[in-house]
Amino acid sequence: MESIKAIIEALILASEAPLGLDKICTVLPQVEKSELKEILAALVAEYKERAGGICLEEVAGGFQFRTRPELGQWVKKLKGMKPASLSAAAMETLAIVAYRQPIVKAEIESIRGVDAGHALKVLMEKKLLRIVGRKDVPGRPIIYGTTKKFLEVFGLKDLSELPTLRELKELNEPAENVVPVEADEGAVAEEPAEELPGS
Amino acid sequence: MNEEQTTDYAIKLDIFEGPLDLLLYLIKKNEIDIYNIPVALITEQYLQYLKMIKSLNLDLAGEYLVMASTLIHIKSRMLLPEPEEPEEEEEDPRAELVRQLLEYKAFKEAAANLSQRPILERDVFTRAALLPEETEKAPSDEEELVEVSIFELIEAFHRLVTRLDKKELMEIDLEKMSVTDIINEILDRLSSEKNVTFDELLGEIKSRRRIVYTFLALLELIKLRMVKVYQATAFGVIRIFPAVEMEA
Repeated sequence: MESIKAIIEALILASEAPLGLDKICTVLPQVEKSELKEILAALVAEYKERAGGICLEEVAGGFQFRTRPELGQWVKKLKGMKPASLSAAAMETLAIVAYRQPIVKAEIESIRGVDAGHALKVLMEKKLLRIVGRKDVPGRPIIYGTTKKFLEVFGLKDLSELPTLRELKELNEPAENVVPVEADEGAVAEEPAEELPGS
Repeated sequence: MNEEQTTDYAIKLDIFEGPLDLLLYLIKKNEIDIYNIPVALITEQYLQYLKMIKSLNLDLAGEYLVMASTLIHIKSRMLLPEPEEPEEEEEDPRAELVRQLLEYKAFKEAAANLSQRPILERDVFTRAALLPEETEKAPSDEEELVEVSIFELIEAFHRLVTRLDKKELMEIDLEKMSVTDIINEILDRLSSEKNVTFDELLGEIKSRRRIVYTFLALLELIKLRMVKVYQATAFGVIRIFPAVEMEA
């Protein structure tokens, strides 16, 4: 029988999205989950040690081959495209949603001190943010959260991998603003997500 | 304020993300302790900056004015003499602003940290995914037909337009054409052939004008209930049938 490590390596290469452990389990049901985890860790370590052009990264709850960050300029040259960048306003808004989600627009605006409408629109268009529901307060404002794509784009395993906010720890934060650890789609949408316009 | 400082503000103009960002800049520039802001100094510089924006005829966001009034309010509260016997420990008038500034600063840093991560399509790349090949089955008699919606028709139209060579789009089409002509052409073809596909209707000359006119003609014919459009599968070939048996 082929080496399980080789099979997993092949599966990751053939997968378009980051390949989750559960998916690997369905292909290799005879192997224990814990064993798969160990093999995956070994595989990641192998690529790390090799220090070649390919990295095996754990992003958005799955494993994916990516080019080494230091080689970005060469790949860009091959693809002949300009880097997709976000404005400072969009980045700040994204950071606030990432750390404070689920969050409504008014809360973002009170932190940034300026209107967040445009930035939110851009982030929604780029599919980095999504509507997770509506808050049960007058006006039923839209609640925003980050997407799986956000994790993929920023190379995060899950939201808990976000570095802790340095200065925020010193402040007394209201208890409701705890960063949720759920990362997968739909898990954050505890509130009824009805009457969503154009979603 | 002297000339030099004025220029300094001007350069920074578009960098500020809002009143809080401007305040953070002023605090950093003056090397001020954020927990002990000299409100008078900061307010003066802040208002100077607002004047600057106005003199440049730039739109001043309302948020900047709200912050200006907040600063002036804090400044006036700081000027009030402290009560001789404080009934309860009064909060520093600056406390709320400091909290806001620290919170904003934290997120500004968090945003900078995020930007420094290896970002997909900017620093790191994944294996390029191949676009799924268009599966257009050859029409067969067993083709099961389903009615298509206007949206699918629009999609088919869009696919054709995007498939066109861009150079070709630049050419000026001198061929005289009208929607009425195309309508008649479609009806002609439908009377001789049982059905035609959208592609077939366009013929060899797939100019943008031709595609647009054909599309408009089809929409008109559908509206008039003279033709029906069917499709075998999603993204399949769209076939156009006469709605009723037409007189030869």
